[in-house]
Amino acid sequence: MADALLTLRAVTLGFAGNTVLQSVNFDVAAGSISSLIGPNGAGKTSLFNCITGFYKPQQGRIDFAGTPLVPLKPFQVTRTGIARTFQNLRLFRQMSVLENVMSGQHCRTKAGAIGAILHLPSQQREEREIRDRAAACLRLVGIAEEEWQREATTLAYGHQRRVEIARALATEPKLLLLDEPAAGLTKGEKQELIALIARIRDERKIAVLLIEHDTGLVMTISERVSVLDHGLMIAEGTPKEIQSNPRVIEAYLGAEDAEAALAL
Amino acid sequence: MALEPGSPGPQSVVARPSAWGGLTAILDTPAKRSTAIVVLLAVMIAIPLLPLASTPYVTTILINALLYTILALGLNIVVGYAGLLDLGYAAFFAVGAYTVGILTTTFGWTFWEAIPVAVLAAMLAGLIIGGPTLRLRSDYLAIVTLGFGEIVRITARNLQITGAASGIFGIEQPWLFGWHIHTQTDFYYVFLGLVIVGILVSARLASSRLGRAWLYVRHDEDAAEAMGINRTRVKLAAYVIGAIYGAIGGAFFAVNFTAISPQSFSFQQSTLFLMAVILGGMGKIPGVILGAFIVVLGPELLRDLGSFRYLVFAVGLLLIMLFRPSGIWPVRSR
Repeated sequence: MADALLTLRAVTLGFAGNTVLQSVNFDVAAGSISSLIGPNGAGKTSLFNCITGFYKPQQGRIDFAGTPLVPLKPFQVTRTGIARTFQNLRLFRQMSVLENVMSGQHCRTKAGAIGAILHLPSQQREEREIRDRAAACLRLVGIAEEEWQREATTLAYGHQRRVEIARALATEPKLLLLDEPAAGLTKGEKQELIALIARIRDERKIAVLLIEHDTGLVMTISERVSVLDHGLMIAEGTPKEIQSNPRVIEAYLGAEDAEAALAL
Repeated sequence: MALEPGSPGPQSVVARPSAWGGLTAILDTPAKRSTAIVVLLAVMIAIPLLPLASTPYVTTILINALLYTILALGLNIVVGYAGLLDLGYAAFFAVGAYTVGILTTTFGWTFWEAIPVAVLAAMLAGLIIGGPTLRLRSDYLAIVTLGFGEIVRITARNLQITGAASGIFGIEQPWLFGWHIHTQTDFYYVFLGLVIVGILVSARLASSRLGRAWLYVRHDEDAAEAMGINRTRVKLAAYVIGAIYGAIGGAFFAVNFTAISPQSFSFQQSTLFLMAVILGGMGKIPGVILGAFIVVLGPELLRDLGSFRYLVFAVGLLLIMLFRPSGIWPVRSR
């Protein structure tokens, strides 16, 4: 792919003799919306963890906008412009919604201890900017201002998911990785999520890659779909191509996820 | 030891009320806040002028409480804000005291020339100890800091330059623009000033980008890292800033007593500082101040009980931790 933002080449990951990812090749185009699907335990979250620096693949290359990612630590990967959410909510406890989202701005700002102690004008200005940008992200995901000062972990589940997306957006990414963003959401909330993902791409020009089990949602929103099964990338294409791909149907029927296959 | 501030407690609608721990909810207008500050300051300034309180004994105890407050504020940045268990905090206190002691006696420097060197020495020690260990899980830091505390004390006991077991004496008391700081009342005001600066610095750090980063890392290291926060660097900043508080406390301790010896920097000191932080309520400035005063004044108030006082004091501490595991502060506001 000529305009690939993220490229994975022959990425192999194993833990104690178990192969989790086998020579995976994978591309994400700039400004695209794509999905990674596959049965449980296929290695989808492990792939996210390789991209974001939490796992170190034994072999292969991962490049993001020309930067090799494998040697980088997670915080350095985020600085290159990749943000993520977690499969299980990981909001900071005992901190407000706004403070949670402000965490994303940490890597884009620089005031240190001296600035804070002396309340230097540059530090005060930066604090306002952090607040404003976090507020903009909360508005984008549709969290009402009344909720900003509440303790983040006391919000309704669907709202916590959106705060997590806002927090990731606050890192000013070029690529947003969403790990099962629709898990536990109601039908109405899923519709809102689809609209939100489209808005993130259209308004902010951010490429979105999601791991998702809800095939209906995946097929509606994605331009490209990749299928991972037992650590192997078995198919890649448009939603239409994937739905009629015999290997994909077999992978789903072979697994316990028969329901998902029927939905295809 | 649980470093997270206790159980989640009742789910509050309003989020964490900053490092002031609920005080901002009670003093909810700027007018109330400035009144409270003025009243408190007036009381603190007036204490040595009152006939009843102005005995050398009371003043000395209060100076000690203020010294503990400075050290507890510094340790609170490490333990309370960043969630790092430091069992050897007395080491930084010792580095500050000995640097000033050596430079002013052996080398004839003035106190004001020596104090920046003391701070630099503590920062350097913090970087050397914290740099490699803060990459590891925080349990290791507890072990390393415990060892560091003992190494500093034993080194001071055995080196010629630190005066070995008898320590350093005859440390000259400083002059400040023609004011010879030498009476206990003088030192009371100096320590009161230091506490005020210490509170201000601590509060401003808590509500800054760095202060928030400490909380993010304490609550969830992986999520913080995913937000682009370099956890090692953020923890190191807390550790080194804590070291600076320790060194400043130690430097003024040295000139106040004019003599220092290795016993002043024992493991027991480190545990007392830690106790002040945990007892009052980790991460909350009013709680830490309260904790420091309890640790110093508690045994003094029980003096009539003779050697039983430490037993009674210990039982009291156990009861407090049993019934208020996340510290005395804040008093529940709702």
